[in-house]
Amino acid sequence: MFIADYSAKNIYDEMFSNEGFPRKSYDFVKTKMESLGGIELLKRSSSAERALMSLGITFTLYGDGGEQERIMPFDVIPRIVPSEEWINIEKGLKQRILALNLFLNDIYSERKILKDKIIPSEIIDSSTGYLKQCMGLKPPKDIWIHITGTDLVRDGAGAFHVLEDNLRCPSGVSYVLENREVMKRTFPELFEKLNIRQVYDYPYHLRSMLENLTDVSDPVIAVWTPGVYNSAYYEHSFLAQKMGVYLVEGTDLVVENHKVYMKTTKGLRKVDVVYRRIDDTFMDPTSFREDSLLGVKGIFEAYKRGNVALANAPGTGVADDKVIYSYVPKIIKYYLGEDPIIPNVPTYLCSEGPDLKFVLENIHNLVVKAANGAGGYGMIIGPKSTKQEQEDFKELIKADPRNYIAQPVLNLSTVPTLISDKIESRHVDLRPFILYGKDIYVMPGGLTRVALRKGSLVVNSSQGGGSKDTWVLG
Amino acid sequence: MLSRVAESVFWMNRYIERAENYSRFIDVNHQLSLDLNEEVPNQWLPLVHTTGDYELFEKRYSNPTPVNVIRFMTFDEENPNSIFQCLSKARENARTIRENISTSMWEVLNEFYLYVKNYRKLYLESTEAHGDTLSMDLSDFLSTVRKSCQSFYGCSDATISHDEVWNFALLGRFLERADKTTRILDMKYFILLPSVHDIGSTLDLLQWLSLLKSASAHEMYNRKYKKIDPTDIAEFLILNDTFPRSIIFCIQEMQEALEKISGLKEGLPRNSAQDATTVYLNRLRSENIKSIFDKGLHEYLDDIQIELNQIGSKIVERFFTN
Repeated sequence: MFIADYSAKNIYDEMFSNEGFPRKSYDFVKTKMESLGGIELLKRSSSAERALMSLGITFTLYGDGGEQERIMPFDVIPRIVPSEEWINIEKGLKQRILALNLFLNDIYSERKILKDKIIPSEIIDSSTGYLKQCMGLKPPKDIWIHITGTDLVRDGAGAFHVLEDNLRCPSGVSYVLENREVMKRTFPELFEKLNIRQVYDYPYHLRSMLENLTDVSDPVIAVWTPGVYNSAYYEHSFLAQKMGVYLVEGTDLVVENHKVYMKTTKGLRKVDVVYRRIDDTFMDPTSFREDSLLGVKGIFEAYKRGNVALANAPGTGVADDKVIYSYVPKIIKYYLGEDPIIPNVPTYLCSEGPDLKFVLENIHNLVVKAANGAGGYGMIIGPKSTKQEQEDFKELIKADPRNYIAQPVLNLSTVPTLISDKIESRHVDLRPFILYGKDIYVMPGGLTRVALRKGSLVVNSSQGGGSKDTWVLG
Repeated sequence: MLSRVAESVFWMNRYIERAENYSRFIDVNHQLSLDLNEEVPNQWLPLVHTTGDYELFEKRYSNPTPVNVIRFMTFDEENPNSIFQCLSKARENARTIRENISTSMWEVLNEFYLYVKNYRKLYLESTEAHGDTLSMDLSDFLSTVRKSCQSFYGCSDATISHDEVWNFALLGRFLERADKTTRILDMKYFILLPSVHDIGSTLDLLQWLSLLKSASAHEMYNRKYKKIDPTDIAEFLILNDTFPRSIIFCIQEMQEALEKISGLKEGLPRNSAQDATTVYLNRLRSENIKSIFDKGLHEYLDDIQIELNQIGSKIVERFFTN
């Protein structure tokens, strides 16, 4: 059977050790796949794809040929995280979110961490995610970051690292839930046998977290989407539907007397909590970008007056600036007095002289990213780039060193993946979703993104990546 | 519910209803043309007149051949009312209100759209390769369209709450249906008989029969009337208050939906859309088929369309824009 030909050398493979033995957590899955055989596996794979097509689980891609609706490529071989490893990840993520929240609370009020010179204040003040309009702001229950999607990767030795914190509008949780539904149909026998931790209740956790943001009883909750043309529109409507709350666009909302209302068939109705999936600066043309057509005039003032709760709080973007990311271990130490449970990936800051020199000289061996880039844009992967691309990128860095960080090229772990009619190894990352309400909830598993091109390390769906169901056992 | 959502629900249902009616029009005409010999005047142009899109058709096609008419009404992406366009727009509307409809409704509609999109591609490729011929499985396609529309309705009925969303869906569906029934009846106005002596001939009756079939009314009509007669057919399709595609039935349903929208918890005050519908329904109830024919059926049908448009604008004004 074709899984027998699979080999993973010089890399951390999630399923097989370098000696070619299946890891314990994968024992049953491997045996099952072998007994099913290649033809059956392909059959099940195509039936899973058909199911996703019928469900219309798509995202929109913008490019030369105009916009295209695509199905997120989905691979049926699951990615398994053993429970003993998961316990640690869960602890580490909670620690990180707690510390980042204290950090946000601090820098928008007393700024002790800056006064104590743990972080240079110019780094904060020059961050595009830092909104001076939020100075002095007190969000409900002192929580800033309600929803996080933290990207984790394994290094060559199999150790997990945090690659980045996504605190603004992290996407992908709908794929986690839909992938799981499709996997249950595809491999019922695996679900019968293995004790896979459930993810179906995420929308309930999300809803109760949102309700926790207000003291209004039976609050009116809305998910705010930029609209049907946004690439994550499917997810916005999915979450609204699963939570049973309203899905609104900017034009559905209006602010009167510093309160937020939506336009209904029965006239205006007050909105108490908004889960916004729209960037900070597009939210309100009166307080931020004047040219925003998506925003609602006056909503920021309504928020400051406590008349509406917003998740995530405006201004959180400063904490997922990639430069500030490099300070997170210090942030954890400063606020919690603890060492980070999950380490960062080593990071060079181009704003620091010696680091800059090193990055410019070693760009061919590094990944360089824009401090506020996302979706695989604004970055260069040294070893995969041409001399010319490296020279061009160096100019970008020299012109604005504050805006760039560099990291060694990580040999991301791999998972066997069905590629046409063969099983090949492909690199993966992992994005668990974390909710901060009454307490902190970490979804068991998360979105495993897989780089479908051979050898590629770029997993973003906008760059042709796919996804896998992630199983936490036990 | 959000005004924007109410509007999308309304239109989603109008488009589905329109696609269903178009599939029936085309199919019946297709069947009819197979029964007729070539000396009979063109059977396809009246269909285009019926839809009110004659000008657009003329711009795009030189000849009202069966293939052209079918392509125009079924697959043409420049025709905003073609089955393909109706489905695309219904699905687009559904996408903007997914949180208000059930997953099974969405799945039916999404699969339906993918089917039409795929069939369209094959159809266009095949007419390109084989020239202007009628596809053999066109009837199959049209019947799948009809069944999919019905399974969408059935699915809506059984899987979403019969609350405001549902009532706006009914408004859209019945407003569209009433309009299409007037157009079906009016089709006879555009179908010319070879000569005036043919009135009452087999051909004439065959045409009337095809109208009944276009409205899926043939069997129900037979249960009530004993022979094919133009006056009886018009009476049945305008004034029969138990047949679900008659004008009066559609207006009754709209009136009821509007009553429910107003009367729902935290209800709305009575409104002009509701008033206009009630007034019009009462007028219809006092009509009889003789006075309608005295006035002239074609003119009378025009009046109904104007009345429906007015009710439609009042709904838009009252609920969708604020």
